[in-house]
Amino acid sequence: MGEEVKVFRTWSSPFALRVVWALDLKGIKYETIYEDLSNKSPLLLQYNPIHKKVPVLLHNSKPIAESLVILEYIEDTWKHRPLLPQDPHQRANARFWIKFGEDKVFPAVRDSLLKQGKEQEEAHEAALESFKLLEEELKGKKLFGGEEIGMVDIALGWLANLVSVLEEVLVLKFIDEHKFPLLSAWMRLFADIPVIKQSWPPRDKLVTKYIAIREARLATN
Amino acid sequence: MADEVILLDFWASMFGMRVRVALAEKGVHYQYKEQDLWNKSPLLLQMNPIHKKIPVLIHNGKPICESLIIVQYIDEVWHDKAPLLPSDPYQRAQARFWADYVDKKLYDTGRKVWTTKGDEQEAGKKDFIEILKVLERELGDKPYFGGQSFGFVDISLVTFSCWFHAYETFGNLSIKKECPKLMAWVKRCKEKESVSKSLADEKKVLELLHTMRKNLGIE
Repeated sequence: MGEEVKVFRTWSSPFALRVVWALDLKGIKYETIYEDLSNKSPLLLQYNPIHKKVPVLLHNSKPIAESLVILEYIEDTWKHRPLLPQDPHQRANARFWIKFGEDKVFPAVRDSLLKQGKEQEEAHEAALESFKLLEEELKGKKLFGGEEIGMVDIALGWLANLVSVLEEVLVLKFIDEHKFPLLSAWMRLFADIPVIKQSWPPRDKLVTKYIAIREARLATN
Repeated sequence: MADEVILLDFWASMFGMRVRVALAEKGVHYQYKEQDLWNKSPLLLQMNPIHKKIPVLIHNGKPICESLIIVQYIDEVWHDKAPLLPSDPYQRAQARFWADYVDKKLYDTGRKVWTTKGDEQEAGKKDFIEILKVLERELGDKPYFGGQSFGFVDISLVTFSCWFHAYETFGNLSIKKECPKLMAWVKRCKEKESVSKSLADEKKVLELLHTMRKNLGIE
């Protein structure tokens, strides 16, 4: 029986990329539907009425929303090439770092992009503090998942994708090679993995996109 | 060999209560250690150095942090009884989605209700009720969010119910009037001993928040 898997995404959404990476790592075939977020399709609104966002995974006509929920669903459904450890304590630890990424790392980096003045400085400081903790966590490992990519790498992978772009757009350093050698090495390693590399959004397009976002923000103040 | 299970918690925390409910559902014996959040113990700082928060579950010396992560851990370790998450992957995803919704929305919006005044509070109240209504719609006519059995989403939300009296008092609102089906679900959950024994006394919660409001300079 054929399985129908569809991914609703935009070309650049870091959250949607997580889903793409997980499916590609597990070798799952899927159809991609690109959304225009300024003109959301009726299907997207039907499949994710609560948040109205990408990504949405559609599996045999059943929708799942929220990228981290989707990652767990992919893990539960296609059990080969596991993305989480088997041991419950190690699983809890992986989930802890995934949540840390969502609750601490992402908002600080996002606010560094969207805020100005003192608020931006504080967001930047908070981002650096969060990177220190990630650096600690990488001690003795090349990837957060150990020898192979795991769910933590996928959840944090947006850093490898966007940090250098934002450093260029904001003229602000986030992950200095000397201050964060392990995290820098991880970003390079992650970006170079063939399955990850094949879906990397084009860098010049990302720079253009984030410059536009930054300028729009500055214009509103 | 006996398991050693310790819970670092604060009596009024709806997040800590989630863990208490999960442990009770599984019939796990544990040692409860009340924490002073204004004077954090060396044990808490050692077991949760990153966030320095409760709840923390310490199982055979190893810590697990973040309430919903702890509840999932409990479900995986003590898997032979009272499953908290469904076994079907799609149902599990729905449960995770809704527990995540509660986590993303309810605490921060509720906080606006008891720590702000005027327009900011009015906006907070409106959002708070809207979130509860969304949850009530999701519940529908089911006895529990999980369907016939009490589970993950029920645990993530029901522990907020002992704070409802405080939200209603400070916000001058009636959750029962706005969300009667949700209140009926709360009552149904409280018929379970695992829930009734884990929830804090709502009057004591009100007293605590009164004190905290005074310290914040709100009253």
